[in-house]
Amino acid sequence: MEYSPPPFFKRGPSLITRFAFFSVLSIVLLVADARFGYLRAVRALFSVVVVPLQQVSALPAAGLARVGEFFVTQAQLRRENDQLRRQALADAPALQTRESLAAENDNLRQLVGLRERLGRKTFAAEILYAPRDPFTRRVVVDRGGQDGLVPGLAVLDRTGVVGQVTRVFPWASEVTLVTDKEHAVPIQVQRSGLRGVTFGVGYDGTLELRFMPVNADIQNGDLLVTSGIDGTYPPGLPVAVVSNIERNAAYAFARITCTPAAGVSSYRQVLIVDKGEPQPENPLASEAAAMPTKARKGGN
Amino acid sequence: MRLPSSIPDRADSAEIMRPARFGYIGVTLIVALLANLLALPGIAQILRPDLIALTLIYWVVYHPRRVGFLPAWILGLAMDVADGSLFGQHALAYAVLMYLSILLHRRIVLFGMRQQMLHVLAILAAGQTVMLLIRAVGGADFPGAHYYVPSLLGALLWPALFNLIRLPLRPRSTANVA
Repeated sequence: MEYSPPPFFKRGPSLITRFAFFSVLSIVLLVADARFGYLRAVRALFSVVVVPLQQVSALPAAGLARVGEFFVTQAQLRRENDQLRRQALADAPALQTRESLAAENDNLRQLVGLRERLGRKTFAAEILYAPRDPFTRRVVVDRGGQDGLVPGLAVLDRTGVVGQVTRVFPWASEVTLVTDKEHAVPIQVQRSGLRGVTFGVGYDGTLELRFMPVNADIQNGDLLVTSGIDGTYPPGLPVAVVSNIERNAAYAFARITCTPAAGVSSYRQVLIVDKGEPQPENPLASEAAAMPTKARKGGN
Repeated sequence: MRLPSSIPDRADSAEIMRPARFGYIGVTLIVALLANLLALPGIAQILRPDLIALTLIYWVVYHPRRVGFLPAWILGLAMDVADGSLFGQHALAYAVLMYLSILLHRRIVLFGMRQQMLHVLAILAAGQTVMLLIRAVGGADFPGAHYYVPSLLGALLWPALFNLIRLPLRPRSTANVA
């Protein structure tokens, strides 16, 4: 391939030059994105083009689904309606007691001087697609910065925690699922009140409860709910169910595998929950900031 | 794998193709982008071959002066945004893919379809390896052997894509073709 054309056949810079130029440019972008998190604006700009294209590519499938829906038989609808009505009836007692319990809880909280758990604003969103990235577990939903979303909001479905908004584009945003390798959720074992942190495993759609001592009070089938300590997830939402515990005294920690409570990869509709009241500052940080004034006060 | 014997030994058969217009190249690349963005259910999403990469290889191999690095690179950035991967990951992979394709294009056209598929497999796998290395630097684990299935499927798709893309480029009348 090494040849140099006579000048009248010149066609711009050589192959290796062009390759080097674009490689270096890509690597600069990679470093800027991975290390420093710049380029949010550039990404948003590209997303303005890519997201509508994605929706166009989804049109044929959506059209087919709509045609299919149109031909749902009446019997099927009636059956479904019946089932839903029965479900609503079954849920009614629980709902009624829930309301009285919530009122009672508020009263008690006021009595003991705890802050009330504020109702949070929610957005319903639809999952557009799951990106084709084998290294991460994410989905893209159809709400974005224009709807008031910011990174860090919790995402739920009707059975539990799905994940967290991590990147916001104007008309779409990326949700990192709880099963992603880099996603940690602070939890509490519902039965024993034990606190811990679950991490996604990444490749097989399970979660891992790490750093639990071998003798920790935890059993198969225990429900893990969010503890709300992080300020991202509202407290008390189901995250996962313990599915397997390996206690080996040779290791400091038990190996606890959990299956996510939410249909992390099966539902289309999700609920995005707005942040509640601002969390108190990190006490260590505020202490460090307050140090000089304290010293001055001490001097007086 | 047995291929039907109707596939000619020299992929570039006696037919002389009409020149490809820039508009047509653009259309094929946009269709490839749409196909890449198409949401598939479950595991199919992970195993689907990268049609943009395949289309780029086709144009570079058969019309080497028509598609340059810049469009490939911009398509790579678009794929990065769509996949939520690191910004520049696909762009770098496509740059590597373009480099290899341009380097090998004179040789690839001389081969029959089967050998071409092997070349395409190697080029696609090189692109995926670049992405794997980028993610490994970022701390990701190797996702498993299925990671390379898209390259394999891409190589198997090569004859179909080859015939599909050159369909509009066939000479209008075949009367003169011996």
